[in-house]
Parts: sequence; structure tokens; C-alpha cells
Amino acid sequence: MKIVVCINHTPDTETKVNVSQDGKSIDKTNVNWILNPYDEFAIEEALKTKEKFGGEVIAISLGNESHKESLRKSLAIGVDKAILLKDESERDSISVAKAISEEIKNHNADIIFFGKQSIDYYGEQLGIYIAELLSISVVSNVVKLEITDKKVVCEREIEGGKEVVETSIPCVITAQKGLNEPRYPSLKGIMASKSKQIEEKIPNKFDLLVETISMTKPSNERKRKIFEENQVTELVKILHEEAKVF
Amino acid sequence: MKILVFAEQREGKLKRTSLEAIGFAQKLSQQNNFEFEILLIGNQISSLYDEVKNYGAKTVLMAEDEKLHFLSSAAYSKILSESVKSKSIDTILFPATQMGKEISSLVAIKLNCGLANDCVNLKFENSNFIATRSIYSGKSLIDVKINSEIKIFSLRPNVFKVAEKKESTSQIEKIEIALNENDFKSIVKSTSIATGKPDVVEASVIISGGRGMKSPENFILIEELASTLNAATGASRAVVDASWRPHNEQVGQTGKTVSPNLYIAVGISGAIQHLAGMSSSKCIVAINKDKDAPIFQITDYGIIGDALTILPTFNSEVKKILGK
Ligand SMILES: Cc1cc2nc3c(=O)[nH]c(=O)nc-3n(C[C@H](O)[C@H](O)[C@H](O)COP(=O)(O)OP(=O)(O)OC[C@H]3O[C@@H](n4cnc5c(N)ncnc54)[C@H](O)[C@@H]3O)c2cc1C
Ligand SMILES: Nc1ncnc2c1ncn2[C@@H]1O[C@H](COP(=O)(O)O)[C@@H](O)[C@H]1O
Repeated sequence: MKIVVCINHTPDTETKVNVSQDGKSIDKTNVNWILNPYDEFAIEEALKTKEKFGGEVIAISLGNESHKESLRKSLAIGVDKAILLKDESERDSISVAKAISEEIKNHNADIIFFGKQSIDYYGEQLGIYIAELLSISVVSNVVKLEITDKKVVCEREIEGGKEVVETSIPCVITAQKGLNEPRYPSLKGIMASKSKQIEEKIPNKFDLLVETISMTKPSNERKRKIFEENQVTELVKILHEEAKVF
Repeated sequence: MKILVFAEQREGKLKRTSLEAIGFAQKLSQQNNFEFEILLIGNQISSLYDEVKNYGAKTVLMAEDEKLHFLSSAAYSKILSESVKSKSIDTILFPATQMGKEISSLVAIKLNCGLANDCVNLKFENSNFIATRSIYSGKSLIDVKINSEIKIFSLRPNVFKVAEKKESTSQIEKIEIALNENDFKSIVKSTSIATGKPDVVEASVIISGGRGMKSPENFILIEELASTLNAATGASRAVVDASWRPHNEQVGQTGKTVSPNLYIAVGISGAIQHLAGMSSSKCIVAINKDKDAPIFQITDYGIIGDALTILPTFNSEVKKILGK
């Protein structure tokens, strides 16, 4: 089985966000970058699929040199090959999708894993875009996956419940928390990854369909009225009369 | 400007979030004289026409077919993009639900146009749309514009006002789009939705519990309050990881993003990853015994004390006020 997993390199969730000089992006000084948390589920599922059916797992990331850290981590976890589509330019999700789908076309992938979303821009789109660009089916937000022969049965989360979705290979799966328990890189894996090369390629550019005009910090001004344990009655009254929330 | 609203229904029930998207189209049409249409897709959904016909849409487009009983995102997105082309639509509005997010992304590729997902604000100014999105775990907002002629926006649940009924009645139009096997390569086989309880993403009131609830059994106190307020129950990751609560209740970074009118955080410390999911709530209340808990930094109303004694009193006081 030919398996591809797409991964992103994102600021750590603890990062303090400051707007940079250009007023459109975050100030990157002192930002700690990590493998996008949802992509750990994607990598784990890719490896489990390989363990079951044999084959190869290729990790792809589009971004600057620093994305190599997350690609390196994926190699240490057990991915066979890593490709960096090296690019520093401003892109929207669709242009990232177009560039990555061109690369995926070279690999005849049977199944392509994504995280459900990146925790930087909360796009929640890339996997779906790429499926459509490759004319294959997609199941997003998957919490359970079963593959038998060519048949793929997934369970995914929807508002207030779950849904069973059936499709077939080739397809795209986007991973939600709960799909699996991601493994950690082993010492052996880390050693082995050191000798693996990360292949670099230059992706094509595409017109921007969505453009950022400005970035701001939310005001988040809160009343911060604090009550003591014996003031429940007062609090409830204020919530009813002043805040009018019930 | 010609707008199309995708009105999501499940099992013949219209989603409240659909009415929010319709509400926004209605506002645009009143302020700028735009025309809008509503699209319903499914099987045996004719009665839904009555539910949406008085919101001021020019027409209600109905794609009804046995084969559309269960969602196939390929088929649904084909119907959408074909309708957009044949009706010369230039703006498409979706609820940013699981279904709305998947279909809107497919439509964006089919029409090669820009999509702003999960908008928390949308303005039409100087003949241009400016969409606001919440990013970096809610720590930042960006304004974006779409450069393509056709523009797609999905709207975060609970942020936009639901539509109001009007005197006028929309026309009904059945649409038929030829579908083939390829459009059903991926299909929903079954759906199970917990009934009777609002879902955390859609609820206008959420009561969430964290490790400060001390044991899974104590969550009954949260459930009782939730039932009084017709609220959804939420949870921190700590209690989901401990298997005290189901995963679909988790709010935060790796859980749900919510924007209810009222969010009550009980025994939750307020870690940045939790705030990521709920900081855009309209009113935030916290119950915590630690006066220095970070959650108090972002609350409108806080109460310092033991949740296990506060919750029962809180519940009975609310019941008194609501006459329950
Ligand atoms: C990559 C990543 C993703 C994450 N994603 C999420 C996420 O999506 N959602 C999420 O919630 N967390 C997430 N976390 C975890 C997060 O960092 C916190 O660990 C978690 O939110 C803590 O849960 P808690 O507030 O229930 O527990 P604690 O931090 O242990 O807080 C318990 C609180 O209860 C109070 N308390 C104790 N006893 C009582 C009492 N009797 N009455 C009243 N108050 C009491 C305490 O004062 C304390 O403030 C993530 C972490 C990482 C690293
Ligand atoms: N620059 C990137 N390179 C490779 N994969 C990516 C990139 N950005 C996002 N992804 C993948 O797409 C998923 C969804 O991302 P998004 O649509 O940005 O929320 C992520 O979880 C990753 O699996």
C-alpha cells in the first residue's frame, strides 16, 4: 500500500501571539514550533495501515526550512520517506493544496492522511481540497477507521453524534483526536532517522484566492466580577437581570 | 449580488445553524437589496419548504431524491456547484458545521474560488466582503478578503442572528442534477445522534466540568444544572482523558470550538488549550476554589468556592428564578 501523510509545522499552543510589523501575520520571534498536534494522529494511522498491509509511508510538508523539524520527527516516529516542498511565500490554503496535490500525483497513493486541522489558521480544509483536486473521495473528522481490501469504513464525529461513512481506496482521511494513541519516537527510530534524507523540491505557485488584510488581537475585555461562595443567590440574580443569559 | 444559502438538514430536521446563515443573507438583502436563494438537499424534505419559505428568499431550491437520503458529500457538492453556475450565484453561505465545512471545501475546488471558513464576523463594505476568522487558538483574529468572483463563507454556529419571518413567500423550485455512481463513492451509512440533549457546538448555554469536579459521579450536578438551563454539557481534556466524560464533550484546542451565549466553567483551571475552544463565548462564568486560577482572567462573573456545594444551590436558585 502506498501511503502519504501530510504534516504541518505550527506554533506551539502555549505561544504568546503578537502581531508583526506588517500587521498581517504573527511575530515569529520567540515562537516555539511543533508538529501540528492533529497530524500525530494522521502519522499514527498511516503507520498502523502500513503495519497491516505493508508498503511505504511518505510524509510531505510544504513550508520553509523549519518544517524539516517536523518531517524529521515523523521519520523518527517511523515514516519511511520525507519530502519538503520548500516555500517561503504567502499562500492561501487552496494554493497549498494545489502544490501538494501535484506532488502526491507522483506517488500513486492509495490512501492519504491529514490532520483534521492546523492549529495555526484553523483551516480545516486542506485534506478536503486535495481529495477533490485528485478526484478521489474524502472522509473528514474520522475517529475510527477500518480497511478491508479496498473497502474503507469510517466513523466520524458530527454535531451531537456520530456517523458511519463508507468509501473505497483511493481516498483521503482527515484524523480527529480519538482515532488512535500516537506513539512516541523510539531511541532506535531517532537514530535511524538521522541517516534518512529529507528530499527537497520547489513547488509551483498559484494565485491567491483568499488574502489576509489585517491581524488583530481580540479585545477579550471581561467584566471580572468575582463573588464569594456564600453569594450564589446574588450571582444568579445578576446573571438573570444584568447579563440576561437565562 | 446573488446569494445562495445551503440550508443543512438532517433526518428531515432543519439545523438551527441554517437559520443563522439564512438570517445573514436576509440582513444583506435588506441592507443592499441583494437577492438570495435557499438550497435544501435530501430525501422527503418537502415539508421543510414551509419552514423556510417566509424568510425573504426569492426561491427555495429543492434537490430531492431517494439517493440523497444519506449524505454523500460528492453528490451534495455537485448539486451545489451546478446550481451556483446555472443561477449565476456569486456568494455562497454555509453553516460551519461538519457537513457545511466538508461540502463548502469541495465546492471551492469545483468552482476554483476562495472560501473563508468558520467566520466569526462578516461585513459587506465598499462593495466587498470582509470576513473575520479566529486563529491561533483564539489568540488572534484576521480579516480576509476573497479575490475570486465567486465567494464562499461558512459561518460559525451561534454567532450570527437567526432569520426573522417575513410577510412574503418564496417560490419553490425543484432542481434536478444528473448524478452518477462516481458521486456516491463515499456515502454515509448511518447516523446516530443523541437526542434530547443539545450538542455542545450548537448550544446557546454550555456547562463544562473539569478535574475540580473530583469524580465522574459528581457530573450529575452539572447535568442537573444543564437540564434546568436546557444547556449542553462540556468537559476539559483532563476529565476526557481520565474517561470521566465522553470525548465529544471536550472543549478546546483538541476538542470543540464553541461560542455560546453563556459558558459556565466548573472546576476548570483555564489552561490556554481550554481557552482556545471557548474564549469567544459571549458571557463566561467560572466556579473555582482557587482565586488565582487563570480562568478568572477571562470570566465575566466568577465565584470562588467548592463546586460541589455551589452547584446544587446555583441550580435551585436558577430554578426559582425561572419558575421551574
Ligand atoms: C497539545 C495539547 C492540547 C490540549 N487540548 C486541550 C483541549 O482541547 N481542552 C482542554 O480542556 N485541555 C486541553 N489540553 C490540556 C490543558 O493543558 C489542561 O491540562 C486541561 O485543560 C486541564 O483540565 P482541568 O482544568 O479540568 O484540570 P486542572 O488544570 O487540574 O484544573 C482543575 C481546577 O479545578 C479547581 N478545583 C479543584 N477542586 C475544586 C472544587 N472542589 N471546586 C471548585 N474548583 C475546584 C482547581 O483550582 C483547578 O483550577 C491540551 C494540552 C496540550 C498539551
Ligand atoms: N503546509 C502544509 N504542508 C503539508 N501538510 C499540511 C500543511 N498545512 C496543513 N497540512 C495538513 O492539512 C491538515 C489540515 O490543515 P488545515 O486545512 O490548514 O487546517 C493538517 O492537519 C495537515 O495534515
